[in-house]
Amino acid sequence: MNHQFCTFRLDRLLFGVPVLQVQEVIRPQQMTRVPLAPPAVRGLINLRGQIVTAVDLRQRLELPAPDREVDAMNVVIRTADGAVSFLVDEVGEVVEVADDDRETPPETLRGAARELTQGVFKLRHELLLVLDSEQAATVASDN
Amino acid sequence: MKANLQEQLLNDLLIESFEGLDSFDRDLLVLESGTSSPEILNRIFRVIHTIKGTAGCLGFQKIEKVAHVGENLLSLLRENQLAVSGEIVSSLLTYADALREMLHCLEANRNEGDKDYSDLLGRLVALQSPGSAGSVAPNPPSKAGPPQTASAPMNPSGSPAPPPASVAETAPAESPAKPVKEGWGLFDDQPVEAQSAPAAKPDFAGNGWGLFGEVAAPASDKPAVAPAPSATSAPIPPPSSASAVSQPSAHPAPAAASGDGAARGSIAETAIRVDVGQLDRLMNLVGELVLARNQITQHISGTRDSGLLAVAQRLNHITSELQEGVMKTRMQPIDNVVSRFPRIVRDVAQELGKQVRLELAGRDTELDRTIIESIKDPLTHVVRNSIDHGIESPEKRVAAGKPATGLLFIRAYHEGGQVNIEISDDGAGINVARVKQKALDKGLIPPEQAARMSDREAAGLIFLPGLSTAEKITNVSGRGVGMDVVKTNIERIGGSVDIQTELGQGTTIKFKIPLTLAIIPALIVSAGGERFAIPQVNLLELVRVESNAAEGGIERIFDAPVYRLRGKLLPLVYLKRTLAGDNRQHGHGPACGHRHQQGDAGEVFLKARDAHRAWLGRLREVLDGRKTMTLEEAGSHRLCLLGTWIYSEGLKDYGDIAEVHALEKVHEQFHNLVREIVRLRNANELSQAEEKLLELTALSERVLHFLMEAEKRVLESQSVNIVVLQADGRQFGLVVEAVNDTQEIVVKPLGKQLKGITIFAGATIMGDGQVALILDVLGLAQHAAVLSENRAQTVAKEDSQGDAIARGARQTFLVFEAGEHSRFAMPLSQAARLEEFPRPQVECCGSRRVVQYRGAILPLIDVAEQLGRSQLDADASAPLQVVVYAENGRSVGLVVGQIVDIVEEAVTAEQHGRSRGVLGSALVSGRVTDLLNVREVIESAAPAFFAEAA
Repeated sequence: MNHQFCTFRLDRLLFGVPVLQVQEVIRPQQMTRVPLAPPAVRGLINLRGQIVTAVDLRQRLELPAPDREVDAMNVVIRTADGAVSFLVDEVGEVVEVADDDRETPPETLRGAARELTQGVFKLRHELLLVLDSEQAATVASDN
Repeated sequence: MKANLQEQLLNDLLIESFEGLDSFDRDLLVLESGTSSPEILNRIFRVIHTIKGTAGCLGFQKIEKVAHVGENLLSLLRENQLAVSGEIVSSLLTYADALREMLHCLEANRNEGDKDYSDLLGRLVALQSPGSAGSVAPNPPSKAGPPQTASAPMNPSGSPAPPPASVAETAPAESPAKPVKEGWGLFDDQPVEAQSAPAAKPDFAGNGWGLFGEVAAPASDKPAVAPAPSATSAPIPPPSSASAVSQPSAHPAPAAASGDGAARGSIAETAIRVDVGQLDRLMNLVGELVLARNQITQHISGTRDSGLLAVAQRLNHITSELQEGVMKTRMQPIDNVVSRFPRIVRDVAQELGKQVRLELAGRDTELDRTIIESIKDPLTHVVRNSIDHGIESPEKRVAAGKPATGLLFIRAYHEGGQVNIEISDDGAGINVARVKQKALDKGLIPPEQAARMSDREAAGLIFLPGLSTAEKITNVSGRGVGMDVVKTNIERIGGSVDIQTELGQGTTIKFKIPLTLAIIPALIVSAGGERFAIPQVNLLELVRVESNAAEGGIERIFDAPVYRLRGKLLPLVYLKRTLAGDNRQHGHGPACGHRHQQGDAGEVFLKARDAHRAWLGRLREVLDGRKTMTLEEAGSHRLCLLGTWIYSEGLKDYGDIAEVHALEKVHEQFHNLVREIVRLRNANELSQAEEKLLELTALSERVLHFLMEAEKRVLESQSVNIVVLQADGRQFGLVVEAVNDTQEIVVKPLGKQLKGITIFAGATIMGDGQVALILDVLGLAQHAAVLSENRAQTVAKEDSQGDAIARGARQTFLVFEAGEHSRFAMPLSQAARLEEFPRPQVECCGSRRVVQYRGAILPLIDVAEQLGRSQLDADASAPLQVVVYAENGRSVGLVVGQIVDIVEEAVTAEQHGRSRGVLGSALVSGRVTDLLNVREVIESAAPAFFAEAA
């Protein structure tokens, strides 16, 4: 079985989500900050009349904040709870990978990265980490 | 097509009959209460007649038969040959239930069910006068079997199977929905199956419409046959054969329909049924239209094209009307739910041998229909519960000194963007201790939590799953399921349930149902650079406290900022700080310091203006050689009065004001130029200096201009906008930076990531396409702790007392302690303000202690000392608590120990031996309190105060 993944970069890492889960990819949007929101929620964007929560994937994956302020791209994902936008550094192309190249994430992977990574595909030059988008979109708000 | 029509007719029958039966119940109860009118009797009769007619024409003979018997009885009532009695009403209610039961069965299984109603029918017949009984006599035994055998000769089993006609015609009805090839083959099979294998029939009939379950089995027995026709023959034959079968029963249709057609005519002409999904789609579209309208309005606000403006205005009006219209189509009065309650209450009360009087209020409160649907069951459950658990038996009630008839009061009303529904009874109340114990026994809560629980929290335990305190399980309740389901269901639609109970007095269960309605009017405010929408329903008024309002500004009671709104204290919540996660509403931050800064900034500007005007004259003198000036004197732009202010407070506190920045720039330029002039003068470059002076004159104009602009903006920014809001019956003021405008907004839900933030109710899209959050006023109040449990309760109590006691007799008192164990009260109206001063600020002026206060000297009077009460050892680090008393522009500060409270009470002073400075003693908040004679105290300490003031 071959799978198609929409890929994007976060701090030099290559991540992917199944193409079918991706609603669309849009350029940086104006965002409305939500006070008291969990830190991973960067704000709300207006996606053609639909209000979509923007989740900072770097935060979610416990990656360091970018060196310089960049306008993040939005990868809008369909989840069971409606659309959620993932903020990523850069959007890559759609890659097709084979099941054979898949491996489970190494045991040594810890923390949020472990929780949110469903698997690893070995591409020719680098590794493609499969993001658990449902899990990544689940940001607890303990308020 | 035929099948679809049949399905349609069946649906109509169901909807109409259920509605009809509901009104049937209501009308019967009206009859029972003694008000009889031909109109009501006609209505009742018509309902049953319609059901009978429609059921008959669709071939549901059992329903038809049962309906018929009741109809006979009703016609006697209608013709006044029989009087309404309790027994007749009871039987007719049961009869209505029987019809409902069959209809439900029809809805679910597409057959009329096999329940035997002969008892009921017998009773109905017996209730008729002997004369007319004969005409009905054949009915009771005919309940199910005989008529069916008559019309369904190939069903020898005699089991109450649906007539084959209905089977055949209904069967294809579902098939279009299942585009399965075998489906057609299956139906092809069926008549064969039914005719050739009668033994299989009961099995099939038992489940009527379980075509794809039960019937699939016989079909799979002959796989060779089934797929064959489906693959080869066109799928038309089955429907056509089905319609052929249904012909006989379809024939009577027009005849029967014409009978009740007349009765239905008037409604049918004025009302149509619309699919709710259709309305939802319409509502969404209207929502989008409103957004587009808002955007257009925003875009053209700058144009002068009157034609365009006129069109936009028209669009505006039409959109509003359209929106209102569509909204109305979805709104239904809550009566649709509560109108069932009289019946339920009657039945449950009778069953339990209790006497209950039901009172309903606010029946016309409207709710979105989707919400109406989802609150039906929870409300019904609570009503049943209240009668079962709440209201006691008549004997017990009388023994407890209550009237034998219990009262169940259901009230619905709009409040704060929500609909509140209260169900209260005057019954036994909930034994909170027992609930707690039960929860402990069942291990539902840990002991330490139980110990900490307030009564209200403990009462809330009844919403835990698996908790029932009913001693015995009744038919109605006590199985320990229910209240938790009620809560879950209400919370699912975003509502909440709250319970208040008092042992022996009764219980009130309060539902708060949100208006998840798509479009609401809202006030747009801004705070912290963001815009927020506040639902208009929560809004009471807007108050703007001008910066220079010397009186009636914002005051503080310790940490809590308050504002006197027409003499009442309004607690304030600073939106910006709340959103920043800072729950201390006071602070040593800018907002409370404002008062003091305001004067400063105003003064700075005033002086700076004068000082500035003097510059040109001074320079002129310098150039003329009449005076000299050093470069230092010409000064750095940072050292003069204005400069000091700009670089200390100005840019820090008012950095977001563009004029302040502009002022800073031009002020710096000005000083550079002044220095340049002085330098040129000192270097004797006089002509150049003169030239520069001209330049400076021009620059000076600009400085003055910006000085004035900045002053205006700074003072403006210091004035406070208070949005007075109401939540849960309590008012509070929300301090925002700016009040923008009111707008119709489209409420959109927040994603699950943000559901937990209680202060937001949703989000909306503004005219400029940006997202703005909608504030949940109740959540905000709770978050900012404006609404505490105790507070809310005392308010409720106060309000109820308020009706009894004339408000005029009540007065608001400031209660404080001064000296050891001495509690004092003084009318709040005599306190100009409450202040805290750090002790080191106290200075001595002769023998008097004073503090500097708002640019003047405030003499201090220690109340305890004046009254000769023993002094408490003061904590030197704690600030001094001072009540400022003002008269004729003069102020004096009364030093007190501690401010205790502000209470509103009717107080009668009693005199126990007159002592100086005290008017007498009284009970305030249940404690003996001395009423301070403020004037006397001041007079004794500072005899000159009033004399000078006068």
